[in-house]
Amino acid sequence: MSDAERKDTPEQEAFREHCREWLADNHPGRPPVRLPQGALELSDPDALEWLQKWQKAAYDAGMIGCDYPKECGGGGRENCQGIANQEMARARTPYLPNIIGMGMAAPTILFHATEEVKAELLPKLLSGEHIWCQGFSEPGAGSDLANCQTFAERDGDNWVINGHKVWTSLAHFAEWMILLCRTDKGDKYNGLSYFVIPIRENLDKGVTVRPLIKMTGETGFNEVLFDNVVLEDKYRLDDVGAGWKVAMTTLAHERGAGPMVTPASGGMALEEDEAAQTSSVFALIDLARQQERDGKTAADDPLIRDELIQIMIRQTAFGQNARRAGVAELTDHPARIPLQFKLVATELNQDLQKIAYEVEGAQSTLYVNDDNSPAAGRWKLAYMNSFGVTIAAGANEVQRNILGERVLGLPKSK
Amino acid sequence: MAEQPKNFGFGEDETMLRDSARKFFADNCTPDKIHAQVAHDPEIHRPIACIWDRDLWQQVVELGWTAVCVPEEAGGVGMPLVAAVALAEEVGKAAFPSPLISTYCATAALRACGTDAANQALGEIATGTATTLAITNEKGSWNTSDTDVAVSDGKLSGTAWFVQDAMKCDRLVVSARGDNGVGLYQVEASATGLNIVADGIIDLTRDQAHIEFNGVDCIELAAEGSGDAALTAAMPTILTIISADMVGAGEWLLQTTVEYAKTRIQFDRPLGFFQAVKHPLVNVMMDVDRAKSLTYNAACSIDCGEDSAEMNARMAKSMASDMGVFASSRAVQFHGGIGFTWECFVHIFFKRQMHNQVLFGDGKYQRTRLAEMVIGKAA
Repeated sequence: MSDAERKDTPEQEAFREHCREWLADNHPGRPPVRLPQGALELSDPDALEWLQKWQKAAYDAGMIGCDYPKECGGGGRENCQGIANQEMARARTPYLPNIIGMGMAAPTILFHATEEVKAELLPKLLSGEHIWCQGFSEPGAGSDLANCQTFAERDGDNWVINGHKVWTSLAHFAEWMILLCRTDKGDKYNGLSYFVIPIRENLDKGVTVRPLIKMTGETGFNEVLFDNVVLEDKYRLDDVGAGWKVAMTTLAHERGAGPMVTPASGGMALEEDEAAQTSSVFALIDLARQQERDGKTAADDPLIRDELIQIMIRQTAFGQNARRAGVAELTDHPARIPLQFKLVATELNQDLQKIAYEVEGAQSTLYVNDDNSPAAGRWKLAYMNSFGVTIAAGANEVQRNILGERVLGLPKSK
Repeated sequence: MAEQPKNFGFGEDETMLRDSARKFFADNCTPDKIHAQVAHDPEIHRPIACIWDRDLWQQVVELGWTAVCVPEEAGGVGMPLVAAVALAEEVGKAAFPSPLISTYCATAALRACGTDAANQALGEIATGTATTLAITNEKGSWNTSDTDVAVSDGKLSGTAWFVQDAMKCDRLVVSARGDNGVGLYQVEASATGLNIVADGIIDLTRDQAHIEFNGVDCIELAAEGSGDAALTAAMPTILTIISADMVGAGEWLLQTTVEYAKTRIQFDRPLGFFQAVKHPLVNVMMDVDRAKSLTYNAACSIDCGEDSAEMNARMAKSMASDMGVFASSRAVQFHGGIGFTWECFVHIFFKRQMHNQVLFGDGKYQRTRLAEMVIGKAA
């Protein structure tokens, strides 16, 4: 075994050391306001502002966008974002707010925009000063994304945009949006073009952002309407008609299967009580120990025990799959494991949170507005929210098509 | 305790060994050859037989595969367990009828004994002495302290059950109870007073027997009172090796069924076009991947001497067992009518998986043990 396989390169080692030193002195501490479970649920401007300050600080310290070129505001390094992510996770820093910007917009801009546009947009994206959102889904284009109908019509050096985007997380805070539009009604896949658009500055020029309310009663995502919105042609990514190809770059990164590692930070407990976490099987085991079930506890019920251990095994397998994905000799197809990440992670969480209902027994009927609800109702909230991610980013049924077709080579189901 | 290497300790040497195994099986042990060899007689009341290729086994010995996990000081190669796991995966993928898997299990038990006699036995495994464990009672208990064999004055009496590859092995490692508890003993398969009674089993790629001991002379490997501890210490390795075999067989079932789903046309489309077939095949793939990653993790955990090795191994065996059953059931189902016949190769792997899933405890058995470790004893 070569040392490179199991150790950092000298560059990575020095960078890791830098991250550790900086984090030791600059952890932002606890937030002054209550944070939601993830960035996509952000609704409080004060919470956003505090998280943006954290992202800017981490960016200024070189831990965000490390592998992006210096000309675009990046660190100009190689294979260092994963190191920064590991160190931020180890330091249990709070999550980063601009997740759509970093995870989807940034790699797409990097691979498909002009040098001028990259230099203009990426620095403030990576620093978190500009929050980004994603304009892909429409009322008639969910899992069948290529059925997108928002129309961009050429007008000299500009485009005029009309249409309706939905499920747009963070649009109420976003300066910019990545936008998939139809430019040719005669060709489903080759009739799409990809743009980036400043939505905030267009709020009085034809852009309307309206909140959508989730089944939980929470807000957090939106619909965005475009009424004759004018956009400069320089904000088109790649060729007219190449929108589907560009969108594939976005989606590959969204699924964790793209070449750029998404900056990620996190692990900070949002509440003082660790049991508040709803994505850990060990938190669920603790809950089971507390919940009564006919004179014993839920943790004594053999069927509940089996369910809990099955989840623990799947959770461990997920981590070990991620580890194995980095060992070329132990994977036959390079995308086989990465393309499973979204599907496996979201179903695992959903199943974990579903079991919490059974563990809570009669008390599972109590919601967040009832003082007697175990864990302040968070397990039920998490279960309902889990459908957001099994549906979003290509419903898991679509993910199974993708895996069956791209990895197993089965014929396309359409 | 060493921290686990990111690559599971799977480096160049292990890759070379695995690749040579792939070539060996591609050259010598293709599914059509295996089918012709072990499935030539479909008669349901066929005589019980142990079918295998001794010449091929001799080649395996010459390739040094039995020596892989024998420590260097005992005359072996002393590679990490991940090397044996990689080989076991290829063995499972080829459904290779041989005593290799059983010998790896016996190797683990001998390594846990730590006696001179055990070290000598390890050296002999390295040079090709096929060895198997005779440690299960009539009821099929996986508890390492249960045995129906007694030891007294250096002689074994009673019966050991569910002995794997008994008729292919030269030597047995037997657990037996004496006045001071369970010990481990070495007996040659050809010993006087020993009677190997072959079981009629479903799996065509191995043999199994119960072995009657009538005052058989034996060599002590682990003294009375220390035998079950040695087996307990070996159990994570044993579970990991069986899991690896299942992962290999699972991958074969997946790939073979995928190929069939690409070529078989019904309703004017290849079967794999239909999501009722495509999506379960993706689920099989995800289960194979989970089982594989957990198996390599378990092996690496054992190699690093971690306290969590038993937990990791039981997680691997639980996942592998459930995967093995699921992958084989989907393989038969998606092959349709032909998948239900004797002439189709699928049943060879189906039967090997169903046999493997129960060995040393099925998925639910492992999870019961895991629940005790993680949650505690149930009230």
